[in-house]
Amino acid sequence: MIPAPAAATELKLHKPGRILPGFGLTLGYTMVYLSLLVLIPLSAVIIRSLGLGWSHFWETVTAPRVIASLRLSFGASLIAALLNAVFGLMVAWVLTRYTFPFRRFIDAIVDLPFALPTAVAGIALTALYAPNGWLGIWLKPLGINVAFTPLGVVVALTFIGLPFVVRTLQPVLEDLDQEVEQAAATLGASAVQVFLRVALPALWPAILTGFALAFARALGEYGSVIFIAGNMPMKSEIAPLLIVSKLEQYDYAGATAIAVVMLVLSFALMFGINALQNWAASRHQGR
Amino acid sequence: MLRPFLASAVLMLGLGGATSLPAATVKLLNVSYDPTRELYEDYNSAFAAYWKAKTGDTVIVNQSHGGSGKQARSVLEGLEADVVTLALAYDIDALAAHGGLIPANWQERLPNHSAPYTSTIVFLVRKGNPKNIQDWNDLVRPGVSVITPSPKTSGGARWNYLAAWAWALRQPGGNDAAAEAFVKKLYHHVPVLDSGARGSTVTFVERGIGDVLLAWENEALLAQKELGPDKVDIVAPSLSIVAEPPVSVVDQYVDHHGTRKVAEAYLNYLYSTEGQEIAAKHFYRPQDPQIAARYAKQFPSIPRLVTIDAVFGGWSKAQAAHFADHGTFDRIYGQ
Repeated sequence: MIPAPAAATELKLHKPGRILPGFGLTLGYTMVYLSLLVLIPLSAVIIRSLGLGWSHFWETVTAPRVIASLRLSFGASLIAALLNAVFGLMVAWVLTRYTFPFRRFIDAIVDLPFALPTAVAGIALTALYAPNGWLGIWLKPLGINVAFTPLGVVVALTFIGLPFVVRTLQPVLEDLDQEVEQAAATLGASAVQVFLRVALPALWPAILTGFALAFARALGEYGSVIFIAGNMPMKSEIAPLLIVSKLEQYDYAGATAIAVVMLVLSFALMFGINALQNWAASRHQGR
Repeated sequence: MLRPFLASAVLMLGLGGATSLPAATVKLLNVSYDPTRELYEDYNSAFAAYWKAKTGDTVIVNQSHGGSGKQARSVLEGLEADVVTLALAYDIDALAAHGGLIPANWQERLPNHSAPYTSTIVFLVRKGNPKNIQDWNDLVRPGVSVITPSPKTSGGARWNYLAAWAWALRQPGGNDAAAEAFVKKLYHHVPVLDSGARGSTVTFVERGIGDVLLAWENEALLAQKELGPDKVDIVAPSLSIVAEPPVSVVDQYVDHHGTRKVAEAYLNYLYSTEGQEIAAKHFYRPQDPQIAARYAKQFPSIPRLVTIDAVFGGWSKAQAAHFADHGTFDRIYGQ
């Protein structure tokens, strides 16, 4: 009679929720698929960087120019993702909450940074923000240089990251029950209180997902940035460009060393964001 | 199940063996760098006509273009090029050093260090030369801004860098320290480092950035021809470097494809009168003195032209001293 409770819990764990069979099969496919697409290529990167030896690896990734480029890549990507989190929320809010002329058209425009080849985006942004461009010509007298500075990198990364926040938030906003907001208002909450205490908590997990996606996309971006960055060593050189530079010298190990550092740092950041998101989700559900 | 497969295999073998019969079709892949696109389009049809007249075979030459270093890497990683025609010997050296695809002495197999045509580095300035730029020392005057790509990622930029270094070295009292100081000063006048030569041309011409573009002579002449002479002027410095874009057969792949004979003929024909003439028409300096004389007028006259072998002791030494990690270029930006 003693094993009975264990069997009961096991039943409880596995039986419900399995309306469709095939756990083993789908898990198998998932592992094969992830291995082929993600794990094997990434382990190849790590294995190749091992050819360097630890001291050489450390020397490569702590060179001032590499540090400067990593700082720019992560810093600019963070700023761009933050900007997108704020303004993407606004765009998504406007597109789901209000009806106005050309709403569908504007909705479609949001996807353009997805669809555009990134080099096209880079060329267009550079032409716009160069000192002789449509916008650059007005910004220059104000002492603002966008193209060929770190600011230009932020602009490009913000551009390519926008759809990620908007498209993650839109379905959540559409599902959000507006009656809850109305109830809060009838109970005497001000508009700001309704937004901050009622709407925002429900949106946090989606905002964090959108932020994480935009950030990850920005970190890996190469095509559009090299056009607008100016690529000055120590100033406006992104880490992916240094990887390409190393490859130009047939320094495969050095290139993969920088790649491994980016990989580890991004994984740590993504892991942190995921944890934060789980915490936000459970907190919201717990209320 | 097996029979159709065998049949098609036999059929394919039959077709493969047919290359020696009359009126066969041979395919070659020429992996080249960016600015040679138009040159090789012309040259391929000329060579196809020549080869057809000589052997009766049809040659189809496929072209691949891109940054010189990237192209060499593609070949190393398995792009089965029959011939490579790249921007600098260092990139073809890599095929010998890293992949053993060609013998180390590849550069001795064809005349003139395997460079059928040469180019050099000149200055492209705004129309009328408003900053009055005449020579290398004018580039480091206050208020002059210089456009050149990053020598870390661009083959053309390495020629620019070495030309500047050679000029400073050959000034009265010049030595390596003075040359390094000059080049360092020069790069502090560079506001944008594009990753490739074409990117720099766009920055200078389309974005209107910079007073002077350091460019391949053939690119400068092409830009002038396409933009019209009312936009830019070409300035010839007192000294420049002979840029030798070399060519080679990729031994491992031609032997595998059975295309060695035609691939070698393809490269040899570059040295023929017709090949030299096509190169000259595309603003490359021909090696043949007669044709060079005939086209002399189109090239700016540069009083002193030095070679990389004479000044730097060849590509591998230049690469190690200047462009490798901790080389002189890294020192410019404080690394």
